[in-house]
Amino acid sequence: MKTIRLYLSQNAGLLLAIGMFAVIYLTYVSMHPHYGMNVVTQNINETLALIFVSMAQTVPVLVGGLDLSVGPLMTLVNCFGSVVMAGTGGSIALGIIAALALGAAGGFFNGCIVVYGRIQPIIATLATGAIYIGLALFLRPTPGGNVNGDFSWAFTNDINELGLTYGWFDDAGIFGVIPIQFIILLLIIVVVWIPFRRSTLGRGCYAIGSAEGAAYMSGVRVNRSKLAAFTLGGFFAGCAGVYLTMQMGSGNADAPQAAEYTLRSIAAVVIGGTSLFGGTGGVIGTIFGAMVLRSISFIFRVVPEDSAFGFVASPLLQPLFEGIILLLAVSLGAARVFRVRNRLSLFT
Amino acid sequence: MPVDASAPVAVNEDAGAFLQMRGINKSYGGVHALSDVDFGCRLGSIHAVLGENGAGKSTLIKIIAGVVQPDTGEMELDGQPRRFTNPLEANAAGVVCIFQELSLMPDLSVADNIGITDPPRTRLGLIDERAQRRRAEELLARVGCDDIDPRERVRNLPLSRRQMVEIAKALGRKPRLLILDEATSALTSSDVEKVYAILRQLRDEGLALLYISHRMHEIEALADTCSVFRNGRHIETFAKGAHTDEEIVQLLIGRDLQNVYPPKPVRTEPPKPVLEVRNLTWPPVLKDISFTVGRGEIVGLGGLDGQGQRELLLALFGVLRGVSGNILVEGTPARIGSPAGAKSSRLRIALIPEDRKTEGLMLPMGVGENISMAALPMLTRGLVIDRSAEAEKIREAVARMRIKVDDLEAPVATLSGGNQQKVVIAKWLLTGARILLLNDPTRGIDVGTKQELYQLLRELADADTSILFYTTDYDELIGSCDRVLIVYDGEIVRELEGDDLTETNIVSSSLNLPVEQAAKAASA
Amino acid sequence: MPFGLKVDKPILLGSAFIVIILAVGTAYTLTTQGTATFLSPTYLLQQLHFGAFLGVTAAGMMMVILLGHIDLSVPWTLAASAMLATAIGGLLGDVTCIGVGLAVGLFNGIGVAFLRVPSMIFTLGVNTVLLGLMVMLTGGHAPQSAATDLMLFLGRDRSFGFLPHSVVVWAAVSAVLVFMLTRTPLGRYMYAIGNKEAAAYLSGVRTRMVIVAAFVMCSLCAAIAGLALAGYSARAYQAMGDQYLLPSIAAVVLGGTNILGGRGRYSGTVVGVILIVLLQSVLSVMQMEEGWRQVIYGAVIIVMLLVYGRGQRVES
Repeated sequence: MKTIRLYLSQNAGLLLAIGMFAVIYLTYVSMHPHYGMNVVTQNINETLALIFVSMAQTVPVLVGGLDLSVGPLMTLVNCFGSVVMAGTGGSIALGIIAALALGAAGGFFNGCIVVYGRIQPIIATLATGAIYIGLALFLRPTPGGNVNGDFSWAFTNDINELGLTYGWFDDAGIFGVIPIQFIILLLIIVVVWIPFRRSTLGRGCYAIGSAEGAAYMSGVRVNRSKLAAFTLGGFFAGCAGVYLTMQMGSGNADAPQAAEYTLRSIAAVVIGGTSLFGGTGGVIGTIFGAMVLRSISFIFRVVPEDSAFGFVASPLLQPLFEGIILLLAVSLGAARVFRVRNRLSLFT
Repeated sequence: MPVDASAPVAVNEDAGAFLQMRGINKSYGGVHALSDVDFGCRLGSIHAVLGENGAGKSTLIKIIAGVVQPDTGEMELDGQPRRFTNPLEANAAGVVCIFQELSLMPDLSVADNIGITDPPRTRLGLIDERAQRRRAEELLARVGCDDIDPRERVRNLPLSRRQMVEIAKALGRKPRLLILDEATSALTSSDVEKVYAILRQLRDEGLALLYISHRMHEIEALADTCSVFRNGRHIETFAKGAHTDEEIVQLLIGRDLQNVYPPKPVRTEPPKPVLEVRNLTWPPVLKDISFTVGRGEIVGLGGLDGQGQRELLLALFGVLRGVSGNILVEGTPARIGSPAGAKSSRLRIALIPEDRKTEGLMLPMGVGENISMAALPMLTRGLVIDRSAEAEKIREAVARMRIKVDDLEAPVATLSGGNQQKVVIAKWLLTGARILLLNDPTRGIDVGTKQELYQLLRELADADTSILFYTTDYDELIGSCDRVLIVYDGEIVRELEGDDLTETNIVSSSLNLPVEQAAKAASA
Repeated sequence: MPFGLKVDKPILLGSAFIVIILAVGTAYTLTTQGTATFLSPTYLLQQLHFGAFLGVTAAGMMMVILLGHIDLSVPWTLAASAMLATAIGGLLGDVTCIGVGLAVGLFNGIGVAFLRVPSMIFTLGVNTVLLGLMVMLTGGHAPQSAATDLMLFLGRDRSFGFLPHSVVVWAAVSAVLVFMLTRTPLGRYMYAIGNKEAAAYLSGVRTRMVIVAAFVMCSLCAAIAGLALAGYSARAYQAMGDQYLLPSIAAVVLGGTNILGGRGRYSGTVVGVILIVLLQSVLSVMQMEEGWRQVIYGAVIIVMLLVYGRGQRVES
């Protein structure tokens, strides 16, 4: 019993995010005229890049910093990917590895500036973000690139499609309808995030975010953990860029889109229950935070035009409603203010 | 000075020393924190380090623990020359330090905190959480705290439990030299006894223990050897019993001390009430509290830690929400909704808060700016600050409080602890407060500054300020207060004054024992 | 002013960098065109004219950063106030513009000071809401109405043949803010809160009011910048504020203000603005591709911060 109580109280943010997602997405499902697995695939297709970018934002936030370069880094990897992933067969795999490495390198560069340059992360990544966009513009002054169409199709649909495209199999039974994106996400979480979380480097990140001075005094290798945090963030941004390349089939150095992804990633992190001050939260919560954000826009699409809420479906009103809901969602934490009885605790 | 001739006299240079330091110098800016210090300590002894704030004890400890490096000098551990560039290296050599500021990460679990440096690992190299939890349970049991769940977040533990976790963590590092820097300041008295027992046991097992404390009775209870530091120099090291308390105080401050407390006035009639508190309630901590503070009175708040004294002061200053009851200032009902309201000219209440570094001062800002911060509304001409009036007030305050500072624009962080506390008090003096609330103001303050504080409080009281003074030090309660209110479980259980104001009565009331019973218990 | 000599360093360095940039640009134009464009008064005035908009925006942003907060709603506060003003037109439109700034500032202030929502995320939400409002009102198209007379007067016109009114506006805003920061209690309180809000609160400072005031100042500055900018372009347009967010933050930080609050001189922000405006202009005259411009922009910020913006190594 006590274990359950402890778990509940220590993971309140995550559970709230999962709850929010469940409510919003199920509402969407119930309102959808012809819901099915293909809709799920469509949904996750539109969401995976945002999920990865938000994961990229989470790790620096855990150590108490903010990364304004996640969107630009994603864009850079996207443009790079559109160059190196344009071949066939094995060279695509190499291209993917190179692109992911670029993401990690960008994150590592961020980390070096923050750790060795001793510059605040928010302003350091503001500057490196500009550099990454600049490099992306070198690679793709105009949108272009030609990623193999088959490859693109195979990896952005369900398992059956993967089998069909390459002629491996026709029907994988009940597993066939699972979208590939889930597999990719699960793989990254299991192979990358969970081992990191349970390593001393990963725990060091939480320690630093919670109380950096105390962490140093306790012998935590602060520099190493911070470098690892930013590098991992860069890697996740690289994942976003690679997926974007697969999804779009081309590279586009779109600076406003990069900025939009960055800002949305911050919202996803907050909704997912990670504290902007660091020390609590994690990538799993952020994933649900990103899905909450996307689900809100999904709902707007399916409101029947002739219903009482029909005006909501108007594309002109969607940005406004998205904004209001975002504001409400992040202000939920403000409820704390009304329960607090010792005002001094608000400042600590 | 009577000296126990049979007691071994330890010298600065000790052939049997485990730790030996020679010629240590350390300066910060122009300030010499340590000057030409030789210091040594042995295995199997509890070695106390005494000194006022600014005497150099903290710096000495930080050098030993690897947190800072000395400018010159050398250090030997077990005969080998050593130099630690970070705490991790010191730990590896068996030097473990428990600092005053805790080294715990609040958002991590107890088990994670205890195992933060060298956790047990699985075959894959990841942290083995179960083994780590078991190790934490063992260490917690060793310090007598098996009621703490290792999975609990440190943030959710009260301060005294956190300090015990800190001690458990230190033991887990397998120290050969254990340093405690004011490590018992926040502990409950039962935990303090546990810690004493552990320290004695460790000494018997052959550890070297360095113990920094301001509390004389602790030193007396524990130490085998004492070292006195003053102004960055190692003055003397002597064995237990070699000096009396007065002699030790003299060594500490270097000057003779006549009275510790200024005399209390004799009153022919009860003073006019200035602050009247009726049925003050703040569930669940404060329960129906009623008392009065008269003009020119110093009323003390006593009792065990955590009975609601801090919350009472915060409530009177407008920090708490949901307080019910009545407060009258000079006979007029008052609604105190915030510190800004409390400070207003109508009420003129001031609070010296618990933690000067995070609640009393803006550390990077200048000394002068900190001093004028509360009184700024009174130092304006229209929209603008009246610079000359401000400067004059600041100069007056610095002179009156005898704050040791060269440059008023220097950050207040550069001042010593005692001087910092003086700045906090000066800040409120400028407002002309008529009711002064003090939340444990002498914690971590050197003896000399304490003296000045007691003097100041009495002067203020004589000038018609009403003072409510919370302190954990019985001596202070008896010496400086006209009346003492003992708080137990959120209620005032007893009021002591005059001949009743004795340590026995304080102690028994703190435990909520009737006074007669305590006398019986004492004589049994 | 307290905080010693440390803060003067950024101003010195910023000025040195400005000289370097002008030198590089002049060398370029001398070798390619035979002219010293960058040293001509006409050119420099033009830069000041245009830079004044960033100057006003950065001035407001500095107020909020001094408290340890940030305002990400500046882009659409600027745009929305200008767009609403041009749509309504006339003097009423001008008043609306300022009114929008006031309203957004109050709203931000309440969210941050009273609801204690982290400023980064609250102002981000407000920015999105303002964007949505404008999309709804304009139907997604560019607004058709033209700039009001006051806008043209402030943003486009010059007096005496050379003095841009935008610079006068910038100077006026600067004068008010400098006076407030250095001579009034409010300024002192802002530094105090930026350093340690708990201690300021316990010293009896009305911290919530000060925070609201800072956000109001920031949004008002954004609205004023929008008013003038619309005059400069003769109309308001979508996303006119987007290019002012990151540069205004960069200008404040390059000028020596600590991003965590509590430290910074206003003159530093002015130097930071001039630095960024000149940098962007030199890069565009040198006809650098957009890619190079971004890279150099980012690199310059990093280099300058490496020289003086460094924090403390973590030590007890």
